[in-house]
Amino acid sequence: MNVETGMVGFVALYIFMLAAFTGYEVIARVPAILHTPLMSGSNFVHGIVVVGAMYALLNASSTPEQVVGVIGVFLGAANAAGGYVVTERMLEMFKSSRPTKH
Amino acid sequence: MNPAWIIQTADFLAAFLFIYGLKRMSSPVTARSGIHVAGYGMLLATLAGFLYVFGISPAAAPHLTMNLGLAVGALLVGVAWAWRGGKTVPLTAMPQMVALYNGMGGGAAGAIAAVELLGGKADNAIHLTVTLVGAVIGSVSFSGSLIAWAKLDGRINKPWRIRGQVVLNSIVLLAALAVGLAVAVGVAGVPTHVLIGLFFGIALLYGVMLTMPIGGADMPVVISLYNALTGLAVGLDGFVLGNAALMIAGMVVGSAGTLLTLLMARAMNRSVSNVLFSHFGDVSLESTGEIKGRMKPVEASDAAVTMRYAGKVIIVPGYGLAAAQAQQKLYEFVKTLQAAGVEVKFAIHPVAGRMPGHMDVLLAEAGVPYDLIFELEDVNDEFSGTDVALVIGANDVVNPAARTDKTSPIYGMPILNVDQAHQVYVIKRGQGKGYAGVENELFFADNTNMVYGDAREVLVKMIQAVKELGEGSESAA
Repeated sequence: MNVETGMVGFVALYIFMLAAFTGYEVIARVPAILHTPLMSGSNFVHGIVVVGAMYALLNASSTPEQVVGVIGVFLGAANAAGGYVVTERMLEMFKSSRPTKH
Repeated sequence: MNPAWIIQTADFLAAFLFIYGLKRMSSPVTARSGIHVAGYGMLLATLAGFLYVFGISPAAAPHLTMNLGLAVGALLVGVAWAWRGGKTVPLTAMPQMVALYNGMGGGAAGAIAAVELLGGKADNAIHLTVTLVGAVIGSVSFSGSLIAWAKLDGRINKPWRIRGQVVLNSIVLLAALAVGLAVAVGVAGVPTHVLIGLFFGIALLYGVMLTMPIGGADMPVVISLYNALTGLAVGLDGFVLGNAALMIAGMVVGSAGTLLTLLMARAMNRSVSNVLFSHFGDVSLESTGEIKGRMKPVEASDAAVTMRYAGKVIIVPGYGLAAAQAQQKLYEFVKTLQAAGVEVKFAIHPVAGRMPGHMDVLLAEAGVPYDLIFELEDVNDEFSGTDVALVIGANDVVNPAARTDKTSPIYGMPILNVDQAHQVYVIKRGQGKGYAGVENELFFADNTNMVYGDAREVLVKMIQAVKELGEGSESAA
């Protein structure tokens, strides 16, 4: 392993570590009232997998790769779109209750 | 400008928008804008993803037009299908939709790993290992989430349990890892794509077998766990593809989801491994005969009148409220009580309903102000000073057996101390048991009366009864 690839690997580890702490901190002080929307919201965020699936499909060079790639893009797109709609609908309800407060 | 730079910039902005969006979602005031912020990030990253066409590998170049067409088609079909499903599903079905879409994300993560393996693109030991681990996690999350979806959607009703299941499941997982190792090092005489197919088949089977025996009451914890696992798989795929946006978004969700899972498991006073491997709801049958007393039914109107003249009422909603879509009627009833000078509070158990915060969402939809809604630890001491506790479609979260009966599968779970109120009314569809399959001695207690019926119909009767009373007192005055 040369110095450069070792560094790249460690940068990945740093990214993972900092992202993990970020996720923890964002959720840590959330009231229970928002647990379901947040689970749904984070479900939407990992819909970014669709971008990875697009990359995999665009670089596919055989039929099996293309088939699996298409499945991946379809599933990833459904994750992102469905996660967005469901989260939006949940949070919409929070707005409708606000004018009644006080 | 160099397409690679545009992609990198878009991914960087997307990662920022995801974290900022999640941060905004963690406060009720800004929550709604949070999902929009994250949505812009997704749109940006997806559009930038098309610029990958400028940097594809030479082997894929002849297939570019075909691949691009397939990508656009799959993207449009996936978005349209999920968008329509998410828009049209009733509010009560939200938990299983989260499970379903989460499973799809896990499947996509597995598919990415599969393409990498099929194309032999992971060329060193670290990449190969991370790809295989991501593949297992993504596949388990995919098939497990689909089972969780089917259970919540009522398509699978009975937990499927066999003797020695934990051991069998462990063997299946070990088999998946062994075949994964075979994929990595190669086996003479066996084509690699056969091994890869076998590897994914066993991993998917493990997700099914892990989830099948888990009872419905534990599904919130399970969905949250699979949400975290999908995040982790996406993060690992991000490493394999060298995509920082996937790494960051995946790992943020992985850790946030893990914390959320632990919070939920703690609310039930159980560990995550206990949820996964103890097969909740297994041992309740023998304790049914021990309960003394009988269930005492009462008319909805009588219960309503008692609450009308009470000083303080605490309402405990459960899944039955969601199933009957009775939240609007409930708030209407509460408003008539408030107009009569009754102090009303809502007490929410952390695992009431099918997901944490499920009841909060439901009450928010009906327009119930936040300041009437209290969590378990804030309200539990108040029941002893309460005239009436009204339980609507909740069961396990108010079962006193959790405090006293060591043989009960829910023993040790913190419950709402509803039984300490002077009078308890329970609105319930029938005489059946709760989701955990446990008999509830609260229903047999001296101070408890049962109001049988659909929660919505019962509440309509209650509103009617209180209104008639109000008109009567006005004419008398």
